Amino acid sequence: MTAPSDAWPMYRAMVGVGVLCGALIVTVFLATRPTIERNEAEALRAAILEVLPGSDSSRSFAWSATDARFLESAPGSRERDLVYAGYDGAGALVGVAVEAGGMGYQDRIQLLYGYAATLERIVGMRVLQSRETPGLGDRIEKDPAFLANFSDLDVALAPDGETLAHDVEAVKNGQKTEPWQVDGITGATISSEAIATIIARSASVWLPRIRAHVAEFAAEEGGAR
Amino acid sequence: MSDPAASTDELVKGLWRDNPVFVQALGMCPVLAVSNTAVNALAMGLATTFVLCMSNVAVSLLRSFIPRQVRIATYILIIATFVTVVDYVIHAISLDLHRALGAFISLIVVNCLILGRAEAFASRNPVGLSLLDGLGNGLGFCLALFSLGAVREILGSGTLFDVSLFPAGFQGWVVMILPSGGFFTLAAWLLLFNWVRARRAGRLVAQEVPS
Repeated sequence: MTAPSDAWPMYRAMVGVGVLCGALIVTVFLATRPTIERNEAEALRAAILEVLPGSDSSRSFAWSATDARFLESAPGSRERDLVYAGYDGAGALVGVAVEAGGMGYQDRIQLLYGYAATLERIVGMRVLQSRETPGLGDRIEKDPAFLANFSDLDVALAPDGETLAHDVEAVKNGQKTEPWQVDGITGATISSEAIATIIARSASVWLPRIRAHVAEFAAEEGGAR
Repeated sequence: MSDPAASTDELVKGLWRDNPVFVQALGMCPVLAVSNTAVNALAMGLATTFVLCMSNVAVSLLRSFIPRQVRIATYILIIATFVTVVDYVIHAISLDLHRALGAFISLIVVNCLILGRAEAFASRNPVGLSLLDGLGNGLGFCLALFSLGAVREILGSGTLFDVSLFPAGFQGWVVMILPSGGFFTLAAWLLLFNWVRARRAGRLVAQEVPS
């Protein structure tokens, strides 16, 4: 058995190294955190302006279930249920960007899409996070023909204003006939369908809300920041 | 440190003669997983080099302070700390790069190359030599990863560092970006390396036996 005097150097080494390592990690964490947060905010801002072509500033709004209306939230806040309104140079509302997520082929896909409320169209989409198969599924991020689906996608509401007139759906490559269909990528059927499903599910919740409360995004006096 | 020839040897051995990937076949997990593009491969190689140098220096400095019984646990603690540091730094430098490397940054901890150098070299040698050993092995690892990454990106996507090399309409050889492409490319490089070594050995023998 090990006597206490033999155990002491072991404790000393492990605890000593542990304390030093802990201190180093905390220092680096504190030093890099502002940069990481700034980069993330910047990436989100760039994505918002990209999915709402013609916008050059944005403000974030949170849906308040208790008041049943959209309330502006502080810039950079990371509350849940945020949407991002984009404005053009004159301060007029271009559209609202909504973040949505769901299961892809390999892992969760997180994306942002832009909804032009007056046109009732999706005008842009960008994948924020995905781990789809390189060379096949990851074409949902870059393939220009696939992304073109989302520059003018019909998401008109049904006459009752509560649901979509037609659910967004993916079809096989080259078989798109209706403006609410998404032309899939050959070899990436599951990933293409995942994107359509994620948008359809999110749109059925958010678009009726945004459409009914669209005045709350433009009502702020002084225009956009 | 006093003998410059020995120092140079510690640096060079990891680069070529004892190359961690092509000769020792260590650290295969990141080699196969993140060598799908040249940028990913280089970033992974540099991150590993940094961790290897820092852990070698730390282990070497603490070598008389760490009892034998708990050495492995302590080395892992030291390595994990530097990996966490690298993780934060890469995250701060580029979100895209951090996303591309994903879990493989954290997995540097279990890269047997790093623990292997700490145990086999840094725990018995002075700080200066340990740093050179880490640098040599790290750069050798970088070289190997980059050789794989460049070949796979060129054949699989038709680009190198995202610069297109082929005329428009080039259809990438998708299998090269997938995991199986990593195995094919690694096999081809190992073949080349061993062929060169065998030829050189053969020439030495031929010189010693006068015809």
